[in-house]
Amino acid sequence: MFSLESITTIVQNWLTKTFSPNLALFFEFVIVGVLAIALFAALGLVLVLMERKVAAWIQIRLGPNRVGPKGILQSLADTVKLIMKEGLTPDGSDKFLFNLAPFIVMMVAMLALAPIGFSKGFHIWDINIGVLYVSAISSVSVIGILMAGWASNNKYSLLGAMRSGAQMVSYELSVGLCILSIIVLTGSLSLNDIVLSQQNGWWLFKGHIPAIISFVIFIIAVTAETNRAPFDLSEAESELTAGFHTEYSGMKFALFFLAEYINIFIVCAIGATLFLGGWMPFHLGTWEGFNHIMDYIPSFIWFFGKTFFLIFVIMWFRWTFPRLRVDQLLNLEWKYLLPISMVNLVIMTLVAIQGWHF
Amino acid sequence: MVEEIGKTVEGDLIINVGPQHPATHGVLHLVLTLNGETIKKVEPHLGYIHRSIEKMCESLSYRQFIYSTSRMDYLSAHINNHACALCVEKGLGIEVPARAQVIRVLMDELTRIASHELWWGAMAMDLGAFTPFFHAFRERETINDIMEETCGARLTMNYNVPGGVMADLHPNFQERVKNFLKLYKLKIHEYDELVTGNIIFQNRMKGVGYLSKEDAISYGVTGPAARGSGVSSDIRKLYPYEIYKQLEFDEILETEGDSFARYMVRLREMNESIKIIEQLIDNIPDGDFQAKTKAVLKLPKGEFYQRVETARGELGVYIVSEGGTTPYRIKFRSPGFSNLSALDHMARGGKIGDLVATMGTLDLVIPDIDR
Amino acid sequence: MFIVDYIKDIYGAIRSLLVGMNRTGYYFTHHKEIITQNYPENRLELNLPERFRGEVVMTHDENNEHACTGCSACELACPNGTIKIINKFDISPEGKKKKAIDTFVYHLELCTMCNLCVDACPTGAIKMAQTFEHSVYNRGLLTKQLNKPGSKLKAGVE
Repeated sequence: MFSLESITTIVQNWLTKTFSPNLALFFEFVIVGVLAIALFAALGLVLVLMERKVAAWIQIRLGPNRVGPKGILQSLADTVKLIMKEGLTPDGSDKFLFNLAPFIVMMVAMLALAPIGFSKGFHIWDINIGVLYVSAISSVSVIGILMAGWASNNKYSLLGAMRSGAQMVSYELSVGLCILSIIVLTGSLSLNDIVLSQQNGWWLFKGHIPAIISFVIFIIAVTAETNRAPFDLSEAESELTAGFHTEYSGMKFALFFLAEYINIFIVCAIGATLFLGGWMPFHLGTWEGFNHIMDYIPSFIWFFGKTFFLIFVIMWFRWTFPRLRVDQLLNLEWKYLLPISMVNLVIMTLVAIQGWHF
Repeated sequence: MVEEIGKTVEGDLIINVGPQHPATHGVLHLVLTLNGETIKKVEPHLGYIHRSIEKMCESLSYRQFIYSTSRMDYLSAHINNHACALCVEKGLGIEVPARAQVIRVLMDELTRIASHELWWGAMAMDLGAFTPFFHAFRERETINDIMEETCGARLTMNYNVPGGVMADLHPNFQERVKNFLKLYKLKIHEYDELVTGNIIFQNRMKGVGYLSKEDAISYGVTGPAARGSGVSSDIRKLYPYEIYKQLEFDEILETEGDSFARYMVRLREMNESIKIIEQLIDNIPDGDFQAKTKAVLKLPKGEFYQRVETARGELGVYIVSEGGTTPYRIKFRSPGFSNLSALDHMARGGKIGDLVATMGTLDLVIPDIDR
Repeated sequence: MFIVDYIKDIYGAIRSLLVGMNRTGYYFTHHKEIITQNYPENRLELNLPERFRGEVVMTHDENNEHACTGCSACELACPNGTIKIINKFDISPEGKKKKAIDTFVYHLELCTMCNLCVDACPTGAIKMAQTFEHSVYNRGLLTKQLNKPGSKLKAGVE
């Protein structure tokens, strides 16, 4: 069975054998950095194209089909265009914050990548508080957005940033509670332990109805947290032209754009890890033959398959629903999602204590 | 700007929405006075695409000026042309052949459906749903193809001439209209699935942009926007022209007065138009498609007024003639202009999102307002 | 009961959302519903109806003869001043001076395709063509001469 773990072990052994420990660590940093940036670039290209194709097919269109075979080079062409464009900094803006904001948003997205297990034994940093780390880091990105909105010296940007701030701060709560309801089952905050605890079945199936409810709420809340339609009030094209990134152009805009997609990838990866078993293959009770076949599929394919399925669901939302109004958005969180997820957490705790789950 | 608004206080946020803004479907310029997200005042500024069509018409002959009215409300171009042709015929005292009347009414109703289809898509897009726009265009394209085949153009068809229509119906016309009716009935339930029944959409629309019956009358709101407030204002019923008197259709009235009522009026109106087309499509009388007219038309001295029901409301054409070959003065009473005047009243106290929803249900076409 | 209403609300809301997602999901999976046409590729199959108004042209027969008498009816009918007719006087074999068309100037950039000139033409000399790709790099190219060089009036057309 093909596994990425063997490759990492070989590299690790070779590095520690050849160099002094400090130098080996440094080279590992470099390798991880290059891989992370490569993953970002690849994800950006793939997700943008995927979004456009999904949108096109839902809207009975063909979608990008001119650049490269079947249009697969379209996002590359877009990237080239964005790099060539002039990055304007408007007069009257706070130039330092204006230029800093896209990098903050981007860095947050990069940092949140650390504890995610892409495959069996393949993660950057198996930290024991992984879930807590991800939710802490992802709340920082609201600072970047507020910064962008404030520094632009544009009223549309300011309104968009304020909306985004209110939205992300409140939806953080339900995301946290949904994650907690899985934590009470696993008893560990480490993402690796959570995956390992789903060896005999995913939490979505093992945790009865409460797990399904928290999965649904999780998907809704992370859609809101990543500022995606129907919760894209911070950009709200028909109301605020482009919200917080109205004044951005060129590569600085591209960073915001990329960060949005990376954030989607990260939250979907977390969702896949918590509810769908991360890189764990799909196993069915006592069907030995079936389980064996499933084991043959490499674990990183399982991980990316599940993540991309969730990403598709979020894209599906975007191209189906109208946008909520700002007060309705907060109503939804405080009157529906939060109470339900609180009750759900209590039930889940009861389930965990009594051991009613499978 | 600040003195003009007058009542602004320190701390109010003043935003220019438009002339180039994705929510205004064109070049409407709104000056919003905001208190946070809440709207205190909406002030429309007109004139960005004023082309002085009325003045231009004064130098054009009675045959020529009709084409320029296509450029006012370009979504119901045929109905605009119809109104002008009717007004000129009224002045000349021409009797339009029965076949031409039926053709005109058929085209009117097709135009009305096409216009409402586009409005439906654009309305959903205002609220952030992009998909309905493309789905609406699928049905609208079918109508445009019919128009292209019979009239020669898709949008600004210029098919009406004083005395009838420019050309006879294309031989394929009946078949293609029937195909369209089939397609429409096959797809209309999707409109409910995608948008009307959607809980987010209903919450965005219900109780938003309320316009009472009294206000609707005093602002001069007409068309579906007025009928959503329970004001009976369908010119086809109240002052029937052409053959509308002999046709069976209902005037759609909703009494809630909010955005959702106006939305429902338009959706149901499309079904009424379908009803009219079904009545006429198999009963097109034979005969001339154009009455005999002189090469140079001269209206007698006097004033002539004709109103019709466009997709947006009442369009009035007022011609003052001195007896020459060109009108002395022309005035168009366009529905969009009066409907826009009620926007401030409807949007006050709402959120920015409500303004967009309200504006969407008014179905503003900016060249119609500015002329 | 408050709780029952609350749950009913949520059920109705989720149901309405799922109905919408079902519809878009249907289109996502049914690619035969796609209505987009590949425009430049389908140029050859592109069938525009014969009444489509793309550009005013003057019909010439195989002898390079047209039916335009230079009566200026189209010029008068045009609302935009799109058409300008320049006449000359031919000397006929009998020695009579006869009015004939020298240049039929057509400003495509001013034309709104209203069809009034075609309607006004007493001899059917001009008609609407179905071309629609009018983009050029030089605005001057949009001013056209409709009568071909060396063409003359068809015999019998008055």
